Amino acid sequence: MSSDSSADAPIETDVVIIGAGPVGLFAVFELGLVDAKCHVIDILPKVGGQCAELYPEKPIYDVPGLPVVTGQELTDRLMEQIKPFGAEMHLGEQLNSLRRGDDGRFYMGTDAGTQFIAKSVVIAAGGGSFTPKRPPLSGIEAFEGTSVHYAVRRMETLRGKDVMIVGGGDSALDWTLSLAPIANSLTLVHRRDEFRGAPHSVDQMRALVAAGKVRLLIGQMTGLQGDNGELQTVTVKTASGDEAVTCNALLPFFGLTMKLGPIADWGLNLHENLISVDTERFETNEKGIFAIGDINWYPGKLKLILSGFHEAALMAQAAAKIVNPDKKVTFQYTTSSSSLQKKLGVK
Amino acid sequence: MAKITFIQPDGTQDVAEAELGMTVMEAAKQSDVAGIDAECGGSCACATCHVYVDAAWREKVGKAANMEEDMLDFAFDVREESRLSCQIRITLELDGLIVRVPAKQF
Ligand SMILES: Cc1cc2nc3c(=O)[nH]c(=O)nc-3n(C[C@H](O)[C@H](O)[C@H](O)COP(=O)(O)OP(=O)(O)OC[C@H]3O[C@@H](n4cnc5c(N)ncnc54)[C@H](O)[C@@H]3O)c2cc1C
Ligand code: FES
Repeated sequence: MSSDSSADAPIETDVVIIGAGPVGLFAVFELGLVDAKCHVIDILPKVGGQCAELYPEKPIYDVPGLPVVTGQELTDRLMEQIKPFGAEMHLGEQLNSLRRGDDGRFYMGTDAGTQFIAKSVVIAAGGGSFTPKRPPLSGIEAFEGTSVHYAVRRMETLRGKDVMIVGGGDSALDWTLSLAPIANSLTLVHRRDEFRGAPHSVDQMRALVAAGKVRLLIGQMTGLQGDNGELQTVTVKTASGDEAVTCNALLPFFGLTMKLGPIADWGLNLHENLISVDTERFETNEKGIFAIGDINWYPGKLKLILSGFHEAALMAQAAAKIVNPDKKVTFQYTTSSSSLQKKLGVK
Repeated sequence: MAKITFIQPDGTQDVAEAELGMTVMEAAKQSDVAGIDAECGGSCACATCHVYVDAAWREKVGKAANMEEDMLDFAFDVREESRLSCQIRITLELDGLIVRVPAKQF
């Protein structure tokens, strides 16, 4: 369901949904029932938002009708449920800009250059964009982008560098394996001699260490030294004392956290970093821009999946009138309406 | 009820009165103890409820389970006495527990 993200011409659609968490996904369903075509954007390379990223294997007990379901199972079931509507997913892209054009439609762009024009926008951005955690080392900001990288866009830029990778999961291991052949030196730093990553990758890493191609240092970073944005050494605290390790490319992998991100710049009324909405339409102060799920705020708001689902249903009724202004929206049940069942592909 | 003392990096102390069965993270949140972020609400999924257990209490509190050890990889300045406070359940035995709040959560 992924698409060619670098298409030059803007994608014109009824609704753009920002965020592929459980609530954004269910919005595809509710909007589909009222004949609105959707495109969904998420900065993560996968769908499911918090459920898939933070707790894929943990049980959820309060989704109505499903006594117990894991974060990943719920995501998979939602994907199955929305399949009939063929919404296109744009993953690994952050929606950066959103403005209303003179024609009343919304013009949007992602960091990957994909552009959208839509009649309505649904912000289902949860706690904001998932972004890599920044180690709380003093002065780290000065090295970001030059010597400190949270993601590798082009491996070639690290050729011949003294690379330090910090972490014990799959990202740290995968990059250790990929960069060892091209780096001048590669040090893998982890706080303990146990790795969460795939056993196969751990074995490969250990083989590189045994062959002297990678240095494994058990310890933790405590300081960065360098100037003008160029890192020179990283201090690592180990069991046998502090060591200043030569490094001009540092890749810390400490998981992801959620940051509001560009949403703050779109002129929407915020209430403590959440978007204020009404409880009839779940619309923001900008007509045609809705906010549902964890990202919104109204008196009595609960950050629950089931509340987000309810918000999606009401939002869709309101959005339908914007998307198809001449069409009357009649309230129907999926159980008995043959037209809804046709849309769902069950009739 | 059990008393839990949180010592901040600057030495100030917060004492939380906690019901048995709560977690140390919940006790901290209930008493607005600074420095316990607990972004995931106690699901052992964020490592922002990191504390150092006082030496005298380490044995009683016990060691982190595997899942918690994995999560501690995401904490900053992890030490022998590190635990995630959402994974410490308060029992009568832990009345008087002392934990230190780290200078920084990730
Ligand atoms: C450990 C844990 C346990 C939980 N247990 C339960 C439970 O038992 N029951 C329950 O009801 N709820 C539970 N929750 C809460 C539940 O997961 C959230 O309420 C739910 O995920 C909210 O869904 P959402 O779709 O609104 O947002 P999210 O799931 O947060 O998804 C939002 C998505 O939007 C993306 N995004 C944001 N901004 C942008 C942008 N500008 N461009 C591109 N993408 C963007 C983000 O990357 C993210 O993937 C739990 C949460 C956690 C962390
Ligand atoms: S509150 Fe998130 S791990 Fe403890």
